[in-house]
Amino acid sequence: MAEELANSASHSTTEKTVPQRVTDMPLLRIEGITKRFGNFSAVNQLSLDIRAGEFFALLGPSGCGKTTLLRMLAGFEAPDEGHILLAGRDIAQVMPHERPVNIMFQNYALFPHLSVYDNIAFGLRRAGMERGEIATRVAEMVTLVKLEGMEKRKPDQLSGGQRQRVALARSLARRPQVLLLDEPLAALDKKLRESTQAELMELQRRLGMTFIIVTHDQEEAMAMASRIGVMDAGCLAQVATPRDLYEAPASRWVAEFVGDVNLFEGQVISREHGRLKVTTREAGIITVAEPRQPVTKETVTVAVRPEKIKLSRRGLASGVDALQAINRFEGEVAAINYLGGLTAYRIRLDNGAVVRSVMANTARLDLDGYGSSERVAAWFAPDDGMVLQQ
Amino acid sequence: MAHTVNRLSRFNMTALALGLAFLYLPIVILVIYSFNASRLVNVWGGWSLRWYVEFFNDRAMLEAAWMSLRVAAVSATLATLLGTLAAIGLARGERFAGRALFSGMLYSPLVMPEVISGLSLLLLFVALNAERGFWTVTIAHTTLTMCFVTVVVQSRLTSLDRSLEEAAMDLGCNPVKAFLMVTLPLIIPAIVAGWMLAFTLSLDDVVIASFTTGPGSATLPIRIYSEVRLGVKPEINAISTLVIALIAVLIVAASFASKLSSSQGESAVPL
Repeated sequence: MAEELANSASHSTTEKTVPQRVTDMPLLRIEGITKRFGNFSAVNQLSLDIRAGEFFALLGPSGCGKTTLLRMLAGFEAPDEGHILLAGRDIAQVMPHERPVNIMFQNYALFPHLSVYDNIAFGLRRAGMERGEIATRVAEMVTLVKLEGMEKRKPDQLSGGQRQRVALARSLARRPQVLLLDEPLAALDKKLRESTQAELMELQRRLGMTFIIVTHDQEEAMAMASRIGVMDAGCLAQVATPRDLYEAPASRWVAEFVGDVNLFEGQVISREHGRLKVTTREAGIITVAEPRQPVTKETVTVAVRPEKIKLSRRGLASGVDALQAINRFEGEVAAINYLGGLTAYRIRLDNGAVVRSVMANTARLDLDGYGSSERVAAWFAPDDGMVLQQ
Repeated sequence: MAHTVNRLSRFNMTALALGLAFLYLPIVILVIYSFNASRLVNVWGGWSLRWYVEFFNDRAMLEAAWMSLRVAAVSATLATLLGTLAAIGLARGERFAGRALFSGMLYSPLVMPEVISGLSLLLLFVALNAERGFWTVTIAHTTLTMCFVTVVVQSRLTSLDRSLEEAAMDLGCNPVKAFLMVTLPLIIPAIVAGWMLAFTLSLDDVVIASFTTGPGSATLPIRIYSEVRLGVKPEINAISTLVIALIAVLIVAASFASKLSSSQGESAVPL
């Protein structure tokens, strides 16, 4: 299927684009873009490069400007400042119908008066393709999204999942250089969402197309995207791979927004052998590996993900072990949340601070689990502490 | 609670029956008496179609009916055209200064006493020195019925998902084409419903028509009104029955059209 698509793309004259491999040259360059609504800046001086063939996710809380940014890429909003360069051409002020970009809407926006076939063929007819060519392309798309036999149905005769596929096929049919997806899975139920995620990734990989997806669901972004741009108040807080975003957040805000995190604020007291010692109010002295970026501030925040905080019964109240161990705090289990695959604990430390720990339930029988109010030691390795300076 | 949803209680049934009787009993009596063989209006003389025959031989009455149909058709068409444009302006246009005032002014004929509308139009036509007849009545009816079309079409437009037009533009339509290819097919039932509403409103208006018409161009309601003043002839019953039938058909068609227009929403026409 993908080969067919790529082949027909290379010798067809009406094509808008040829699927490209990931290269160093950015396909899409956003330069200092700003959009104001009245006094409110929805997007503020934002710059971003997206390479051809990337699966890029814009992630952020509602109202962070991610949808406005997407609408500017589609052409429904004109930026007040800045440029959008697509393959070197500034399209910031180009009308939507003249952009080699297509969008898949959150509510799908299928034309209710047209059949599945006519919905998918809509954009092809506007492009002036010939009848036979349109029929071939629609058939291709229908196969691609597995909707064979549904061509004559109207949108209201389809299930939510089928409608989503029609919307996808319709936006892919013109083979845009960039496909924009606005919360494409938000309207699906959980099970369907997971299988659709996998299908979208597979599709993107096979077509070699550039996808930009907007989502507020961080798991969705993590699972699908090759890179994620986290947005906050109209600006990009961080652009990174899913792993870097989670394991090396750029700021306290990102650390808290993406996943769960324990934060310890304190002063740097020593720096030796690649180890940083921080004295914190919540947990006394913490030792962490020195980050790649030089630590310039005196006051830093150490962030530790809950699954990196391990619980143990060993050496409790023996005194000696406790003093020598690093990053080890004693306390008692304050709350237990059993979540199936995982169990989340809240540990109240002896100085009153609360840390969260998540452990995988690797065995079926709960022989070794921690009970409520049980005394435990919580600890983490120096490498698992992330030093945040802002 | 659940068992009362589908079945009417005795009280509701009685209330419904009384309400319907109050509304329709006079009309039913009128329809029945239109088939009366007797010359006297309130004496039953057996079934007959003679008053229908009488009507179809009454030249003046037929001319009035023809006049009414022409006025209704032309004014409804003009009202639909203008009303739809106003609806699009209100539902889709950018926010402009005086938008609220504009929509308020647009809807004023809904609540304006017809006598005042009629009088003001008459003064206008006199001031313009326009000869009163077919066109003055038609224009007057257009101003009367346009706002009804606007209400119907605007309610459909605002319930229509804006992203449908955006999707059309994204797929290669310029804004005008997006409107023609996507929006128009989706609101056309509401436009048809608006036309039929305007048609029926024009057909049964007597107040505004009597202010704005001239000699020799009486509409059917005016003709009926003046006949009745000389004494009710059974022929009037026959004409009225025909008008009722026409209007009933149009109203039913209009409500079907607007149901069709909003397949998953409720009727766009407040009928």
